[in-house]
Amino acid sequence: MSRPRFRWHIVVFLAPAVLVYTAVMIFPLFNTLRLALYSKIDQERVFVGLQNFTTLLGDPLWSDQFWNALGNNFWFFLMHMLVQNPIGVALAAILSHPRLRFAAFYRSAIFIPTILSFVIVGFAWKLILSPIWGIAPSMLDAVGLKSLFAPWLGKEEYALTTLSLISVWQFVGIPMMLIYAALLSIPEEILEAGEIDGITGMSAFWKIKLPLILPSIGIISILTFVGNFNAFDLIYTTQGALAGPDFSTDILGTFMYRTFFGFQLQLGDPYMGSAIASAMFAIILIGVCLYLFGIQTRMRRYQL
Amino acid sequence: MNKARTNPLNTAAMHGALILYTLIALFPVFVILINSFKTRKAIFREPLALPSADSFSMIGYQTVMKQGDFFLYFQNSMIVTVVSLTFILVFGAMAAFALSEYRFKGNMLMGLYLALGIMIPIRIGTVAILEMMVATGLVNSLMALILVYTAQGLPLAVFILSEFMRQVSDDLKNAGRIDGLSEYTIFFRLVLPLVRPAMATVAVFNMIPIWNDLWFPLILAPAEETKTLTLGSQVFIGQFVTDWNAVLSALSMAILPVLVLYVIFSRQLIRGITSGAVK
Repeated sequence: MSRPRFRWHIVVFLAPAVLVYTAVMIFPLFNTLRLALYSKIDQERVFVGLQNFTTLLGDPLWSDQFWNALGNNFWFFLMHMLVQNPIGVALAAILSHPRLRFAAFYRSAIFIPTILSFVIVGFAWKLILSPIWGIAPSMLDAVGLKSLFAPWLGKEEYALTTLSLISVWQFVGIPMMLIYAALLSIPEEILEAGEIDGITGMSAFWKIKLPLILPSIGIISILTFVGNFNAFDLIYTTQGALAGPDFSTDILGTFMYRTFFGFQLQLGDPYMGSAIASAMFAIILIGVCLYLFGIQTRMRRYQL
Repeated sequence: MNKARTNPLNTAAMHGALILYTLIALFPVFVILINSFKTRKAIFREPLALPSADSFSMIGYQTVMKQGDFFLYFQNSMIVTVVSLTFILVFGAMAAFALSEYRFKGNMLMGLYLALGIMIPIRIGTVAILEMMVATGLVNSLMALILVYTAQGLPLAVFILSEFMRQVSDDLKNAGRIDGLSEYTIFFRLVLPLVRPAMATVAVFNMIPIWNDLWFPLILAPAEETKTLTLGSQVFIGQFVTDWNAVLSALSMAILPVLVLYVIFSRQLIRGITSGAVK
């Protein structure tokens, strides 16, 4: 028996994907982590160890901005968890009702904002909320709440929450679809068995369906987390790279862009930009690990 | 929402909640579209009215056509999206086939390595990606965007496609081998046609984020001749903030292609999501 021939076709099949993925994704990722340890002194790249990170966390000029962006980012994430995902679950629960007519129509219509780009969504809402155009105030006027109107995007205390809600409006379709799919995969027999035991309607949802779709809710939470912590486009479109008013809507993505690319009088600094990117990487990694090892392994899964 | 909760069997309440949310979802799009066909006066006087013979005007679209090169932007977006999708599908399917069909040393590790990118956003590596594109002279070229989107889409594509390829019958492939087909012919002639639905799902999943991305066009290809439609409308609208007709028309022109694509592919997209491809 001769040794089996080397199977070149495996290499041929794998090579393009592995090459592109390694060269354009994995290598730059680690290179960015490496660049965070360098700085530019007298036009030359010098290894400075962890100095960029001590600047980022220690120098008040930087750390104030960093903690501000991080705090805003957590608020942004919290709003999604508290508003987007419950609405998504509720819509999915209604849509999955077996005898509901026009379900396909509602589903497609509610998903439309999700397919639009941030540029469209950002500007559309900016126009609608604009005090100049007056759609929002006149609609509030129609229900007698005109006094509540404020230029929400221009006020420090409201701007971030308003932007979070715009983002929620845009992405509600994703939890809705995923939960809808999970709800449809629950076998009829289980629900019928519950019905015989007298569990119907709302209590069937809380006692039978919800425990069964918890794993999907977990996946949605981690997708939301990763998505929110590298968000950028919506804030850049509506508020610009300065994330106004007075940095009240600054999140890690816009902070990194500003640092890395520079704006107005500040020069771009790729090394500090890499340091911020590394911090984002660490945060996302911690989040994903918490989910994988802390939540997913403990979550009870039911064999259906 | 609350109504449906307290009164779950009440169909009217369910429809009420869904109609309410559908209105919330569609209202901004509707307002933008109708106002893009109105005169400036009508936009401000009656923003919620449909354009009538009196208030109808195409002035915004004329400005957009004159000032911005939207056909070029559209063409760039089209090239980037179509070529990236082709690469993602072909390379992704090949890798998925290798991982699901053959047993070899390091198979598991390779699968894990390729899956890493599902959870880690490619944006984190932007600084080094830009540096690399500058060094290779690819900056301000569509190729830079295509490479980035291909790398970004591959992990999930490999993951989903290898799940599906495991379901392709072994007997079929072995019959092909007995007939003397090469491994390449087996892949392209026998396996690929069978996983076509999964390929469509992967394509639809990747299409929207690529088409809508602002970050990489802004950083890697901001030149006039390589602007994508998303970046082009961002810049255009930024310059014409006070020309409401132009802004509304530019927004509508950016909405329409996506909406058309969605109408064509929505069934595929929804089937893809609900078939559990992302679990």
